[in-house]
Amino acid sequence: MPYKLIVNGKTTTVDAPANMPMLWVLRDMLNLKGTKYGCGIGMCGACTIHFRGQAVRACQTFVSQADGVPITTIEGLSADGEHPLQIAWQEVDVPQCGYCQAGQIMSAAALLAKNPKPTEKEIEDQMTGNICRCGTYLRIRQAIHRASALAVAAKTAPSHNGHGS
Amino acid sequence: MATAPSMSPKPGKKMMSRRSFFRVSAIAGGGMLLAYYAEPVTRMLAQGFRQERLLPSSFITIAPDGIATIMAKNPEEGQGVKAMLPMLIAEELDIDWKNVRIQQADIDQAKYGPQVAGGSTATPTNWVPLRQVGAGARQMLIMAAAQTWNVPETECTTASGRVMHAGSSKSLGYGELAAKAATLTPPDPATLKMKDPKDYKIIGTTVKGVDNKKIVTGVPQYGIDFELPGMLYAVFQKCPVYGGKVVSANLDEIKAMPGVKYAFTVDGGTDLTGLLGGVAVVADTWYHANTARQRLQIQWDEGPTAAQSSAGFAAAAEAFSKQTPQATLRSDGDVEAALQGAAKKVEAAYSYPFIAHVPLEPQNCTGRYEDGKLELWAPSQTPDQGLQVAARTIGIDASAITMHQFRIGGGFGRRLTNDYVAEVSWIAKQVPGVPVKLLWTREDDMQHDFYRPGGFHYLRGGVDASGNLVAWHNHFVSYGRDGRFVPSGDIGPDEFPARFVANYATQYSLIPCGIPTGAMRAPRSNAIAFVFQSFIDELAEAAGKDPIDFRIAFMGNTPLAPTAGAGGRGPGPEFDAPRMQGVLRQIAINSNWHNRTAAKGRGMGAGCHFSHLGYFASVADVTVNADKSIKVNKIWIVGDIGSQVINPGPAVNLSQGAVIEAMSHIMGYEITFEKGAAVQSNFIDVQPVRIQEAPPEIQIDFVKTQYSPTGLGEPALPPVLPAIANAIYAATGVRIRTLPLKDHGYSWV
Repeated sequence: MPYKLIVNGKTTTVDAPANMPMLWVLRDMLNLKGTKYGCGIGMCGACTIHFRGQAVRACQTFVSQADGVPITTIEGLSADGEHPLQIAWQEVDVPQCGYCQAGQIMSAAALLAKNPKPTEKEIEDQMTGNICRCGTYLRIRQAIHRASALAVAAKTAPSHNGHGS
Repeated sequence: MATAPSMSPKPGKKMMSRRSFFRVSAIAGGGMLLAYYAEPVTRMLAQGFRQERLLPSSFITIAPDGIATIMAKNPEEGQGVKAMLPMLIAEELDIDWKNVRIQQADIDQAKYGPQVAGGSTATPTNWVPLRQVGAGARQMLIMAAAQTWNVPETECTTASGRVMHAGSSKSLGYGELAAKAATLTPPDPATLKMKDPKDYKIIGTTVKGVDNKKIVTGVPQYGIDFELPGMLYAVFQKCPVYGGKVVSANLDEIKAMPGVKYAFTVDGGTDLTGLLGGVAVVADTWYHANTARQRLQIQWDEGPTAAQSSAGFAAAAEAFSKQTPQATLRSDGDVEAALQGAAKKVEAAYSYPFIAHVPLEPQNCTGRYEDGKLELWAPSQTPDQGLQVAARTIGIDASAITMHQFRIGGGFGRRLTNDYVAEVSWIAKQVPGVPVKLLWTREDDMQHDFYRPGGFHYLRGGVDASGNLVAWHNHFVSYGRDGRFVPSGDIGPDEFPARFVANYATQYSLIPCGIPTGAMRAPRSNAIAFVFQSFIDELAEAAGKDPIDFRIAFMGNTPLAPTAGAGGRGPGPEFDAPRMQGVLRQIAINSNWHNRTAAKGRGMGAGCHFSHLGYFASVADVTVNADKSIKVNKIWIVGDIGSQVINPGPAVNLSQGAVIEAMSHIMGYEITFEKGAAVQSNFIDVQPVRIQEAPPEIQIDFVKTQYSPTGLGEPALPPVLPAIANAIYAATGVRIRTLPLKDHGYSWV
């Protein structure tokens, strides 16, 4: 079946079985490898993408459900890799093996989009679905707070092309 | 090429004793390439792997623009080695870190020597030679400058990638000198003067992850991301029972499924680390291959392991515990007499389960076979061995195989074994000219691991009237095959507290086991520390002593000579009591241990362990609620890994990760077996620690000692388990002797 996909602002048509998870459509048909496979059952969060702005697991999202729905992957989170979370993640030196981090960042980005200054509890509630096998959680918490501060600063700065909007 | 081998024995500590020399050559465009050749490290402590021939182990190139490119030869799996090893070279080269480029090397043992991620070996084995590489290149650039200016070398200095001559105020960049340096005779590495550590500009400063930008923007860099034009995708269904064979399978039906190109029955061999029996399905997409796989109907010949189960293992251990042990590993003094005469005796049975590694990137490998040659793209911790396994599997010479490596999405020891490399090699050979990517599911990964083996320890100990530890007896019931311990199921005859207890014995019995086992982060230690350090707490209580003071005190006993014990590879003989006492004293200060107060449901516990040449102590502060939910309030770690922490930020990160992993081990990790097959299959029934369970604070500190720096991938993990278990006891009076905690109704808050 052909489906119209709107991924990172670009519209494409793919011919795929209705039950094919978006994870594999993104990775193997659209060559967007940033979304990672970790469990295939929605338990690890490595494949987190934005689906109408909500963080969802791409392994649990059929291509048929994605028809015409705006989707964002890690590759489309920012034009230049300068989303406050991407800056903060590097500043804080969050990654170890790095495999889960795209999913972590996508979960965190969905949180910050609706809650620019989350509490520790709100961060943990949002991020509990994302496993980091290396154990980078303390820095993930720290980097989300840092990104929140960066975004707020960019928004309130009098003039420059920040990322606050 | 100017070649000047000059060999001389290197004085100093035994482990660093080696012959070595440089070769230098020009590179296109006017730069230099310096290669370092070294004889095997006399004995690779702790892990026992060795190189046999004189091999080049490192390369550095300096281009005319002054940029130094350093090959990162070892696999990067998040342990930070891709930055750490080049830092050693850059420091002695005396170049600014911003002018260093790091290139991931392909797998080529002839070029780079052993390429391994395992055993916390990168630091101890590279600390001297890689600094020599930097110092050698620097010396040659000085020689080139001195000749250019016609001044003595001794009047030249270096800084930030330039050679300077103070007398004439002349200076030249390394890039300008590289072409000339490439024509000179290299110095003898043994004659090079290394920097005084107080002058270090790079070692001891934090260099962040070199691939961070790629990671946060989703740039493909893992094996699972690799693609070739025309590539097909494969899945491989093995027998759920280890070593089982295919009798028949509905391959015709599978071949008719959408997208499926090929389906094969694989006979496989008997080596659990190589190609095993199963069915391979190859399709145009992985989704098609894996969808077709759901329809497989296979009749298996399961083989003898089908008779094995966790319940059977537990029953066998119980039976062994009542019998005379099968063998004695060590016996000092007279344990029975000492127990008889002890003022207090403690008897306890400890056990821990099999656990899986579960790196987040499932096993995968891409291969292409054509004209008798095989090319592999493999995320492996032991790529050299992967190449050998591939060669054996398809019957070609290793020289006909090219192997490329990637950043690895977690290893923890799983990718020390290259079974998935064997599988894709076999599949690729069936479809010559067509690249094939094999990708396992999470279920494959969890159910076909080389598990950290479980174990049972039946312990008896005694203290005298003054509270001294006078007797220790352990009947270790482990797993065996062909009368030998299974991989990572062994124990060293010198394992602590051996040698510090006058009457000490380790005996063992082996339960026959057909389940694959292997090394997992801090192999053996990750289980033994929990058992021994918990039992030592029990003995401290019997002695009426503070747990940390008790440990420090009996380590003061004059050690007995190490035994030349049969079997086992424990890291005992090198154990240096003053270093362990040092980290214990420091952690008592850091955690304010001696002023801790008792509160209902809250307690602190301690543990310490020596492994992989590192001395580590841990203290945990936990709250245990009435519903058995546990909050880890804080964990402290103090480590002694010698005179330098090379990359301090990542060192803290790696150690915090070890703490989180230890929490997963103690609470949520367990693989059980029924009828010879793993029961658990995914992150539903095996739970790593999640973010809300991670402690608010993990404090990592290092004490610096005079010893040569050692590795950090593993030794921080083992003492955390007993620290938590002992803290639970302090909080509740309940002694934890069997893991995992979830089986006793505990959970993290």
